[in-house]
Amino acid sequence: MATSVPGKNDSGAISITVEFTGGLEMLFSNERKHNVAIPAQLSDGSRPNIAYLLQYLVDNVMKDERKELFILEDNVRPGILVLINDADWELEGEEKYELQQGDNIVFVSTLHGG
Amino acid sequence: MPPSLCANCQTTRAVIIRPKNRQKLCKTCFLTIFETEVHETITSSSLFHRSERVAIGASGGKDSTVLASVLKTLNERYDYGLQLCLLSIDEGIKGYRDDSLETVKRNAVQYDMPLEIVGYGELYGWTMDQVVAQVGKKGNCTYCGVFRRQALDRGAARLGIKHVVTGHNADDVAETVMMNLLRGDLPRLSRGTSIVTDSGASEIKRSKPLKYAYEKEIVLYAHHKKLDYFSTECIYSPEAFRGSARTLIKDLEKIRPSSILDIVKSGEDMALLVPPEVNGGTKKPAAAAVAEDDTPGGCGSQNGRSSGGEMAELEKKLAEDETAASRETEIQLPAAAPKKKTKNPDKSRTPKQVKVQSMGKCERCGYISSQKICKACSLLEGLNKNRPKTAIEVGVGMEDEESSSTLMRQMEQVQLTSG
Repeated sequence: MATSVPGKNDSGAISITVEFTGGLEMLFSNERKHNVAIPAQLSDGSRPNIAYLLQYLVDNVMKDERKELFILEDNVRPGILVLINDADWELEGEEKYELQQGDNIVFVSTLHGG
Repeated sequence: MPPSLCANCQTTRAVIIRPKNRQKLCKTCFLTIFETEVHETITSSSLFHRSERVAIGASGGKDSTVLASVLKTLNERYDYGLQLCLLSIDEGIKGYRDDSLETVKRNAVQYDMPLEIVGYGELYGWTMDQVVAQVGKKGNCTYCGVFRRQALDRGAARLGIKHVVTGHNADDVAETVMMNLLRGDLPRLSRGTSIVTDSGASEIKRSKPLKYAYEKEIVLYAHHKKLDYFSTECIYSPEAFRGSARTLIKDLEKIRPSSILDIVKSGEDMALLVPPEVNGGTKKPAAAAVAEDDTPGGCGSQNGRSSGGEMAELEKKLAEDETAASRETEIQLPAAAPKKKTKNPDKSRTPKQVKVQSMGKCERCGYISSQKICKACSLLEGLNKNRPKTAIEVGVGMEDEESSSTLMRQMEQVQLTSG
């Protein structure tokens, strides 16, 4: 393997797993688990946080047109739980939590029925 | 942020903030405390008696799956001596119920409980798919709600069981309180808050052991216990009013998480103020009035449940059908019945609630009913009568005669030009 691949900087990206459950997977091509690579540093020098991830998911992963079923007013729609490495995101700083390599982010809908 | 420790055991990392009191808990403590609180609800309201046979209304969704799991755990832990089984309804909706019934079948194996499935098709000769093909998507929830109540009762009766528990949670109850508050319907508000719905309308007792459990905690319980549940949405007719109430509840929860239980408590307190003659006591109220509040979460939790408005319209229609000989109900209405058109059902409802109704049996099916013909049979009568009529109408475009005749003219022209 080449040690340096042109156009790809391994140290510049972090990979995380994103899961959608509780009915949300329906908005994401019926795929529960997504592996996502995002830049380790943003153009303004800050590190990517959950707020960045939300926009990233809407722009790049979500094919369903009904964005409002996932995001409302630039935040997760009320009734959708966010777990950061299995902990309620409220314990981790919510949308300001800065993503780490290997993080597991789970979005669970409480809005769907049986 | 530094990780916070569990407020209960003080040793493990907290992963949950409880909505009702902001307490931080680790996974193990959360699961135990959740179960203990359901146990307290059960014991403080003396919900069960020893060796009671109890059917769990199971849809395969999160609420009923958590209910089944917790009841099994508690039954063993505290030796309730209950005989539990799963009771599922197959509404006959392709692409919706099939997958969730598969989940219930797996649950039956996982929890080692017998499973009974009752289908609308076998009970009524109509699946919901057929009903919707007939009546359209609008208003079909009314049929589903009436059919479901009877179907659960009949399923329980088939098993010889007198107690059905459903997975209604605190959010559901708060939602019902808000809806009935907004409609000014205190009797229904009162009935909806009660943990046990015991009515003259049925020999079978209904209860909701998860009444005080937050939907959020139910989902987290299912997640952390890795329960096998199925999430879906009914493919028919979202119900706008309940949907709005639900959005309101969820928005309130975001700002002030204790709101949900506070609304439930307020509902209970308001229920105490409702005079028994308005509330209908426990014996005489109309079967369908209870049916609506108590519709288990068989369909989507934000969709599917019928609104009281719809139900009130239905009640009126059925009362009218009773007096009318044929389908020309609206014309033959006795002048005494103030017909303010279906748009304003609330005004006409209040006097109806106080009307004393005596419970008898449906002349058709023998189901307990306050009227000669029970609601399910009345609905079926309408469906069966309309069967051929609608088939013709569908082709033309049902509402607008003018446009359809225009369409016909256009088609004639097409024929002329093409011929």
